[in-house]
Amino acid sequence: MADYNVMELMICTAARELEDGASIVVGTGAPNAAAMLAQKTSAPNLVIMFEAGGAVPLIPEMPISVGDSRTTWKALMASGMCEIMETACRGMVDYTFLGGAQIDMYGNLNSTRIGPDHQKPKVRFPGSGGANDLASFCWRMLVMTPQDTKRFAEKVNFITSPGWLQGGNSRAKSGLPLGAGPYKIITNMAVMDFEPESKRMRIIAVNPGYSEKDVQANCGFELLKAKKIVENKPPTKHELQILREQIDPYRYVIGR
Amino acid sequence: MNVIDQGVGKIFTDPDADKVREFFRKKSRKLESKVMSVKEAVTKFVKDGDYLCIGGFGANRIPASVCHEIVRQGRKNMGFAGHTSTHDFQILCAGEVFNRLDIAYIVGLEARGLSPNARRYMESGKVEVSEWTNYSLSVRFKAAAAGVSFYPSRNIMGTDTFKMSGARIIECPFTGTKYAAMPAIYPDVSAIHVHEADIYGNCRARGITVSDFDVARASKRLIITCERLISNEEIRRDPSYTVIPYWCVDAVCEVPFGSYPGNMYGEYFSDEEHLREWLKVEESPEELKKFLQKNIFSCKDHFEYIEKNGGMHKMQMLRQKEHMFIGARA
Repeated sequence: MADYNVMELMICTAARELEDGASIVVGTGAPNAAAMLAQKTSAPNLVIMFEAGGAVPLIPEMPISVGDSRTTWKALMASGMCEIMETACRGMVDYTFLGGAQIDMYGNLNSTRIGPDHQKPKVRFPGSGGANDLASFCWRMLVMTPQDTKRFAEKVNFITSPGWLQGGNSRAKSGLPLGAGPYKIITNMAVMDFEPESKRMRIIAVNPGYSEKDVQANCGFELLKAKKIVENKPPTKHELQILREQIDPYRYVIGR
Repeated sequence: MNVIDQGVGKIFTDPDADKVREFFRKKSRKLESKVMSVKEAVTKFVKDGDYLCIGGFGANRIPASVCHEIVRQGRKNMGFAGHTSTHDFQILCAGEVFNRLDIAYIVGLEARGLSPNARRYMESGKVEVSEWTNYSLSVRFKAAAAGVSFYPSRNIMGTDTFKMSGARIIECPFTGTKYAAMPAIYPDVSAIHVHEADIYGNCRARGITVSDFDVARASKRLIITCERLISNEEIRRDPSYTVIPYWCVDAVCEVPFGSYPGNMYGEYFSDEEHLREWLKVEESPEELKKFLQKNIFSCKDHFEYIEKNGGMHKMQMLRQKEHMFIGARA
């Protein structure tokens, strides 16, 4: 049995995607842990921003809210929502991490509702928040989520935040900024990207202990497969130590 | 202008900039004391049916005392801007204060989880909704603050969020690029909590600003709560710190620890224990009723609420958390 859990694996995988000097807008929880881990390992100059206005803090511990004072602790700027979103709209934000109750093969995300009646939903979720904005503006959108056939759905109940919309060049035609879109999907079982023409989700790596078959069996739509599928590297001792001791000592995220 | 596409969501507030100019033409410019109690401010300036906006970011720098007072006084049938709303939304849902809602972020308390009671309310069919995003509502306030009727933005297009919004897609007259036109929101009344204000309503605030400076300027009536009243001389000593000018403001209420149980930048951290209790009691409507009786309906004011939840001992602990003498989750 490996000495790390699924959440730790996803956070470490996600952290490795962020190169030094890049900029990112993150939320609370696992995305925040990934950005902090990247900053303490391979990307010391990662520029971290929060949608409520916090810009480039020296995050002392994981924020509970994207607007709490940890997001401006020893920061370069305490600004506002327009400042951060417009920095992204101008093209200066490379990455964002988003999530949702459902995701489809084009990376479209639902965080709004389940059920057919919008005015009286079966289940009501928070809605877009800043997710639609960040999915529209940031160059590369990443998703970190456990996968199953319900969450990875053939058709999402509601497209809250844009992925590649209906695939092909549909996103480019929609009016959203050109060249931005979903980049990688990091799950407990695999890492997926998007095939450049169809914009359909594609397996590029599987996690230790899982097969391509497992990944497909836990997905509600047909996944494409990269020519060469690699095995994803497990977390290193160093990464786990930083994650457990410095970033999340109360196991607030990694204990989930 | 040619409209390429439009959402089916309702626009709950009139974006007409000329009508609002007529309103602002008559608004007082008199430099006079606006100091009053929260009770008085809500009685005077918050009416049934009004469209309301609450400043801050959900559980950060929120005018909690105004939210409680609105519930205590039983305001109903309001419109509400669910913009970055979390604990403020939870309070207003507990009072079933609004029946129409612009949604950007609702029912959740970010990393703390979802509010069971807010979800029940939103799944009951009692609230008419339009769907937006955080930035969309930010620019709707920005448009209003600028005295224009819409603002062009590049988000939302191609999604169901757009379809359920009241936004319209237009073409740029210069480049032909598509934009989502976001209609201005001029709230009837807003409440914003700041660090310091003078008796006239000139305000200073620290930390993140969210959309508050635009909200302040967009609102027809504005209630300010502040941690501390400061002198007008202090404001005049360095006017570069003034972020909201007095002519936007209708009421100034001094409420120390006024964002409690929320976080106040540089002052005190959020009371996570109390916020967890809120979420827990909401699982049972009966328990919630008792909890609201204790924490809102039987309280005279914000001080009594704080007294019931740990008083000065609690406030000191939250100050220590804010300054990182102890960890937020310690």
